[in-house]
Amino acid sequence: MGMGRILTAAVAAVGLFAGVMAAAPAVAQDTIKIAYTDPLSGPFAQTGDANLKQMQYAIDFINAQGGALGRKFELVPFDNKSQPSDALIALKNATDQNMPFIMQCSGSNIAAALIEAVNKHNDRNPDNRIIYLNCGAVATELTNAQCSFWHFRFDLNVAQKAEVMVKALPKTTTKVYLLNQDYLFGQSVQRDVKAFLANNRPDIQIVGDELIPLGKVQDFSPYITKIKASGAQALLTGNWGPDMSLLIKAGVGSGIDLTYYTFYAHLAGGPTAIGPGGAGRVYSVMQFSENVAPKLGNKEAEAFTEEFRKKHNFEFTSGLFRTIFEFVQASIIKANSVQPIKIAEAMEGMARKDLLGLDVVMRKDDHQIMSAYFVGKFDKKGTGGVKYDAENTGLGWDPVTTIMATDVVQPTSCKMRRPRS
Amino acid sequence: MEVFVVSLLNGLVYGMLLFMLASGLTLIFSMMGVLNLAHASTYMLGAYFAYTISLYVGFWPALILAPLLCGLLGAGIEMYGLRKVHRYGHIPELLFTFGLALIIEKVVQMTWGLIPVPYRIPDALDFPLFTIYGTQFPAYRAFMLLISALMFLTIWLGLTRTRIGLVIQAALTHPDMAGALGHNVPRVFTTVFAAGAALAGLAGVIGGNYRVTEPGMAFSMGPIVFVVVVFGGLGSLTGCFIASIMMGLIQTFAVVFDVSLADLLALFGVIVTKATPGSEFLMVSLPRIGALLPFILLVLMLVLRPRGLMGTRDT
Repeated sequence: MGMGRILTAAVAAVGLFAGVMAAAPAVAQDTIKIAYTDPLSGPFAQTGDANLKQMQYAIDFINAQGGALGRKFELVPFDNKSQPSDALIALKNATDQNMPFIMQCSGSNIAAALIEAVNKHNDRNPDNRIIYLNCGAVATELTNAQCSFWHFRFDLNVAQKAEVMVKALPKTTTKVYLLNQDYLFGQSVQRDVKAFLANNRPDIQIVGDELIPLGKVQDFSPYITKIKASGAQALLTGNWGPDMSLLIKAGVGSGIDLTYYTFYAHLAGGPTAIGPGGAGRVYSVMQFSENVAPKLGNKEAEAFTEEFRKKHNFEFTSGLFRTIFEFVQASIIKANSVQPIKIAEAMEGMARKDLLGLDVVMRKDDHQIMSAYFVGKFDKKGTGGVKYDAENTGLGWDPVTTIMATDVVQPTSCKMRRPRS
Repeated sequence: MEVFVVSLLNGLVYGMLLFMLASGLTLIFSMMGVLNLAHASTYMLGAYFAYTISLYVGFWPALILAPLLCGLLGAGIEMYGLRKVHRYGHIPELLFTFGLALIIEKVVQMTWGLIPVPYRIPDALDFPLFTIYGTQFPAYRAFMLLISALMFLTIWLGLTRTRIGLVIQAALTHPDMAGALGHNVPRVFTTVFAAGAALAGLAGVIGGNYRVTEPGMAFSMGPIVFVVVVFGGLGSLTGCFIASIMMGLIQTFAVVFDVSLADLLALFGVIVTKATPGSEFLMVSLPRIGALLPFILLVLMLVLRPRGLMGTRDT
């Protein structure tokens, strides 16, 4: 009988809980809710956790300015454990509670699933639509073949980042080596970098082009031997995680004269893993760095990032997060409504200044943001433009190259299907 | 030639690191029949212990203390965990070590955080030992070679020349008989488990700063170590040694040789073009799948010779 009673109690508790959940939106009707889904547990939790803290910080800033239409914003996190299926559950939760926005940053496969689900949901439920704010899923297809009226991407796509990387290569570099992970993302980096090299820098010779199995290589020394033998001056890689840090560590350890151009060396864990050996050799393509503001002499932006550092003891790396919420705020005010379709129409083509005072445009054709981008050089704190270090390592990113929003504009193949409002 | 010599050195260093990890595992596996899925976690703990200890007293004491800690932990796990589960058979033991691996990973994440820790090579060893064809050979890699060679020698001498070693060997092959002769087989088990854990810890100490000390390191190193153990064969330290060096060299050289199955066929006059059926598979170059070769070899080995390279028995 004990079991039966426990079960009854459990069912009752669940029922009660569900009741509370259902009642929640009615209670907190006065905030504008933004669902955020990313891995908050598991091996990639560090990314989700760092994102969440920075978003919350940016939202607090926007709320301190009064929010929009007299209402404050509220961030509601959902763990998706890097699984598309869990992200869809988060979407269901968000739409059940009538949230006008869902935000997701990590993983283009998850983004693709979300776009499809959001499209379907919005088609079927015209009075309960939702906007998908993409804060970091960068597959180029998402704003080309897969583009959607409900999807807004607030980070440059792979092809744009590849162009930024190629533009940052110094004139003296004439021989490069490409090494990427053997899956969708690595292959698109390989393809795009090659295309822009051919287009922008015909003087550069690709002396090696390699794909490695994702996360399987334990020792990168043989690759370094091969790169050395090829005579390459620079290594261009889209690798992330251990595939990036082990590669750079092996290269630095063997003392070969090589510079490393990466997409992800600046992300959480990168600077610590690479260590002082990478100083002056490692470059990374990034949307933001704390060291940009002092370089531009922008005191306000510097104070903004400094405040974050005081609060969380790590650096503010995602300037575009603030851009997202500023766009959301401005669109709601412009639309004078929290109806997703009106917000989306207001957001299309919107042009503003970001926290650095640089131009940002949400392109109407494909909902791809055009914003300034930077290439940072890893160096010791105090040298060059490194005023603030990363991860308390005494090393940080000197924004040596700045590419303006107007220089990252690339054609799109998007055929946007706009709903009738 | 230049590439060959450097690759040989690289392969040796990597192979020896594998051996350090695999030797402990193979001892445990052969003796208790348990594939200790938490073995690589002990390797990770070794690296993290060494990092924390080296913050206070420096690298050299850590080199001794961290493996000792891992050994103690191993002894504890065997005495209070595995031994209790042992009577229920192998599957519960396997599940126990699997659970343990997950718990250790979570504990490491909660204690040291999710991002890598700055565990660095000691300054005394942070210099290029010699330059070969323009590539520096770091002193630390030579140090790793030295430590692992010393370790191999110690285990080998210990197993073949000492009394306890002989008892271990007896318990490896005939546990019941060794017990009947009055040897305390459970204690031998504990000793071996602790020693295996200490070896993994040592591998962590010297591998953690050469590579990257982060919570994912156990997961990334685990599979390849199992390959080495199964490939080398149960109950054979020599087999394990050969397998480790082989895997190290295979993975290293696979990167250097830019050939594919299509090139191999071309030697026999078969030209593979995009139109050939299965051309995508045939044209995959060796470096692209190099890291997977050990797993392919493992499957072949299990099909052709289930007892492994120098294994003494099948289970």
